[in-house]
Amino acid sequence: MRKRVSKILVMLVVSSLAIALCACGGRKAGNDSLITIGIPQDLDESLDPHVAEGAGTREVLFNVFEGLVKPNSNGDLIPAVASDYSINESGTVYTFTLRDNVKFHNGSTVTVQDVKASLDKCAGTESGEPLVAAFSNVKAINIVDDKTVEVELNEADTDFLPNLTAAILPADHLDASTDPIGTGPYKYVSRSPQENIILESFDDYWGEKAKIKNITLKIVADADTIVMNLEGGSVDLMARLTNEQVSQLSADKFDIEEGTMNLVQALYLNNSVEPFNDTKVRQALCYALNVQEVMDFVSDGKGTEVGSSMFPAFGKYYMKELNDTYNTDTEKAKALLAEAGYPDGFEFTITVASNYKQHVDTAQVLKEQFKAIGVTANINLVEWDTWLNDVYLGRNFESTVVGVDASTFSARAMLGRFVSDSGKNFMNYNNAEYDAAYKAATESTDEAVQTENYKKCLTILSEDAANVYIQDLPNLVAINNKFGGYEFYPLYVMDFSKLYVK
Amino acid sequence: MKYVLKKILSCIITLFIVSLLVFVAFALIPGDPALSRLGTNATEATLAAMRHQMGLDRPLAVRYLSWLADALRGDFGTSYSYSMTVSSMILDKLPITLTLMLFSMILMVVIGVPLGVYASYKEGTVIDRIIQIINQINMAIPPFFSGILITLIFGVTLKMFTPGGFVSINRDPLGFFAYMFFPSLSVALPKCAMILNLLYSSLNGEKKKDYVRTAYSRGNTSNAVFFGHMLKNASIPTVTFLGMALADMIAGSIIVEQVFGIPGLGRILLTSIQNRDYPVVIAIIMLIAMIVIVTNLLVDVLYKVIDPRVGNQ
Amino acid sequence: MKKRKYSFNFILGTVLLALTLIPAIVGLFWTPYDPEAMDVSLKMAGISIKHIYGCDNFGRDIFSRVMSGSAITVVIAVGTVALGSIIGTILGAFTGYFGGIIDEALMRINDVALAFPSLLLALVMVSLLGSGKYQVMLALGIAFIPSYARIVRSEYIRIKNLDYVKSAKLAGASDLRIMFVHILPNAKTVLLSSVMIGFNNAILAEAGLSFLGIGVQPPDASLGRMLSEAQSHLFSHPSYALLTGCTIVAIILGFSLLSKEIK
Repeated sequence: MRKRVSKILVMLVVSSLAIALCACGGRKAGNDSLITIGIPQDLDESLDPHVAEGAGTREVLFNVFEGLVKPNSNGDLIPAVASDYSINESGTVYTFTLRDNVKFHNGSTVTVQDVKASLDKCAGTESGEPLVAAFSNVKAINIVDDKTVEVELNEADTDFLPNLTAAILPADHLDASTDPIGTGPYKYVSRSPQENIILESFDDYWGEKAKIKNITLKIVADADTIVMNLEGGSVDLMARLTNEQVSQLSADKFDIEEGTMNLVQALYLNNSVEPFNDTKVRQALCYALNVQEVMDFVSDGKGTEVGSSMFPAFGKYYMKELNDTYNTDTEKAKALLAEAGYPDGFEFTITVASNYKQHVDTAQVLKEQFKAIGVTANINLVEWDTWLNDVYLGRNFESTVVGVDASTFSARAMLGRFVSDSGKNFMNYNNAEYDAAYKAATESTDEAVQTENYKKCLTILSEDAANVYIQDLPNLVAINNKFGGYEFYPLYVMDFSKLYVK
Repeated sequence: MKYVLKKILSCIITLFIVSLLVFVAFALIPGDPALSRLGTNATEATLAAMRHQMGLDRPLAVRYLSWLADALRGDFGTSYSYSMTVSSMILDKLPITLTLMLFSMILMVVIGVPLGVYASYKEGTVIDRIIQIINQINMAIPPFFSGILITLIFGVTLKMFTPGGFVSINRDPLGFFAYMFFPSLSVALPKCAMILNLLYSSLNGEKKKDYVRTAYSRGNTSNAVFFGHMLKNASIPTVTFLGMALADMIAGSIIVEQVFGIPGLGRILLTSIQNRDYPVVIAIIMLIAMIVIVTNLLVDVLYKVIDPRVGNQ
Repeated sequence: MKKRKYSFNFILGTVLLALTLIPAIVGLFWTPYDPEAMDVSLKMAGISIKHIYGCDNFGRDIFSRVMSGSAITVVIAVGTVALGSIIGTILGAFTGYFGGIIDEALMRINDVALAFPSLLLALVMVSLLGSGKYQVMLALGIAFIPSYARIVRSEYIRIKNLDYVKSAKLAGASDLRIMFVHILPNAKTVLLSSVMIGFNNAILAEAGLSFLGIGVQPPDASLGRMLSEAQSHLFSHPSYALLTGCTIVAIILGFSLLSKEIK
């Protein structure tokens, strides 16, 4: 019987090894250049560039898709799928000339039909419901000849060009949710949930081709393991690190690039729930905030204070003076609370996506600061996907710490979301004066009037304490010194095509 | 044969009960999956359409039966958070977790069994004491802490592996298996302690039995008695333990996957729980239930093969 | 008077528990520093006389956090075991004493639940109940019911056929009285030792859940949560992870040594 038992054991071991070995029959990749880039969250369910909401998804899709125009690292718009464009004097018709021989990743050449179909999709020409809100102003997309397309607007708008960074897709493949095909320097290969996304350089790219052939975007959703991943060598590049994470990396292995994240980090308040529907309560929280202390804890003092929904990279609109609308003043905060009917403070929840270390850390510091005025904040950590569904889309939250970025380099991308009926107004901000100022800005074709009104919007947001504005976070990028070429954009994007092996 | 058939039948019934409980529990959670997918921009009409598309507008019993019918064909529906079928998501990750568990199982046996036998062989000596003390401590170290310790010692200090350096099997099979060694070790260690303990005490129990004394009195040497008679009797409870250990290993591997950054079933289960991606959660729970129940069945049958008296009373 | 000789295991177990549980209990009421108070100047401060475990990335005193963290962990474990053992005992008593169809059905479900590792059951429960201190307690408590129910049930089945129970029945005692006055005290020994083991399992399960980030939420400290946070400082400050982890090990080791002696 002993033999039988040991035989069974031996068989178990052997068969398990056999199974293990069978599983080995995969292909081995060649020695092409490869970089692994860490990203803090998985991409959205849909990889459709017109649908994707998460900044983390858009920053990756930036490398796969291009619009008629696209931003360069200065934030200026340069022709992409189009080689040239013109705007008529009244600002109602934008005319684009297609670049010759721009190829999609599936090998076909971009035609005017593709452009029309893509832009029609954004404008919702068929359904009558625009997919991209800004496209509600689009009257028609007209094919002039097989090289020229016209975008005709309902109302004059000289600042519509940033919206035409909207991705161009093949007309016969408009649904890019699982299988994105674009014209960018990298093509999508595959994704594995919670594991990685694989991109490969596109050989027929019309412009300067990408230098690194294979890109693996590794999902490092557990912020506590970022340093381990970098230092251990399993991730070569990761952006948006905290000072503390960077300080743990060996200096002889990593280059640290420093920029700004180009977003507005704030405690965003749901303006439609008690007690945040009371301006005085919101202002009280602003007075309780000590921005310098937040920056000291979260990034060793680095960061740029913001006082409204605009970050400094927008030099034209950023108003430094708004940083002083509220300076830390506990007494004033308490007085405001008492006026609002909360002399003993109140309790509320801050919902934070757990994968963003900076925001989680900030929430913890805020909790301590609010204690001083008798307000109790409870922190609720959730996964990114839950955050997106509950807070951003579902608007079922009290407050959240997050960074809001600009999807295009225009004031509208930052300010449009505060218009009371905007689909992106997740904080349910509702202010008729603001709506009027924003309308005046967008309807004007005079740049000075536009700027004046946008600044008025910013001032309203600040004085009305729409949210508790904190800072534009420093963007620390660790890049393994085998690689180079990281470039900062004034937008929330990463340009993989400029990376190279040293 | 009748015994085996009866056991199989009871397993099937148990699985049905599990599926019913799990399905109903998740269906009763407050919240509208259709709403959370569409967000506030959803109109009543699109919401109703989405509910219809997701099959949420049917009565619970109908939903369960249709889910069951699909599940029996291996179709667990579509994930809420990814535009892919649950089955393909799970099949993608299952080999990773299975490898982890298999390696752990092997390590557990390879480390635990010889040590247990050796300690019992040397009962009462200093070596025995040392093994016992180390074992006691080992048993108190939870797998996530042993994972961190292993990372610290073998990864950070000795640089024997790259912490977080998981590679998928398709890209680098050898690297994949090499990386799985240390995570498997952290899953296996606490279980090693248990198997050691079990073998040790059952061997020491055998020592006191009559047949051992008889064997000695017949002039057998102590080695022959020890390895020839006692070990085979003591191995029966050990085999049973292997089955039970499997269930614990699943729990252990979920945590250890997190420590070592392995994108296996555990990682998917965790994020799906947090993202309320219920089709995935239900499918993974059912899968684990199946693994556990089938293993227990196999152990029962194996037990019967080793000792035919079982189940005849 | 005969002097009782204590075994090595007993002494070591007691010392370990004293070292961990006393700070935990004290931690419920008092800690050397406010475990949530932040101080920029103490960010990642090393071990010193003032801060014997050093400080974390917010300048919070780690020893104070370990104290209040152990307190939360222990409170959750106590709550879990109380919930699981009380409901489990009641269920086991009724099913074991009365038997019948309900017994069959409940035990079938029980078998299923027992086949799952308790951490996994707790995971499922947390996904149904949400995360947070009390949810974890409830989730773990429910997950622990089946094991107690099974133990108590088999004790009841054994004891209910003993002569003294039969005679109590003949004397006209009500079923409830027999169940809880006559039988329960006799099932005490078995129940107590499983409570000991259950306590250990509860500590492990809580630490595991919080480590996975779905248990106790920050800034509440819990040993598992802290260990998970300590991971990001593993390269520069391994002492943070080691001290927190060793506290968990000491509690578990202490309990298992003691329960071994009590048997």
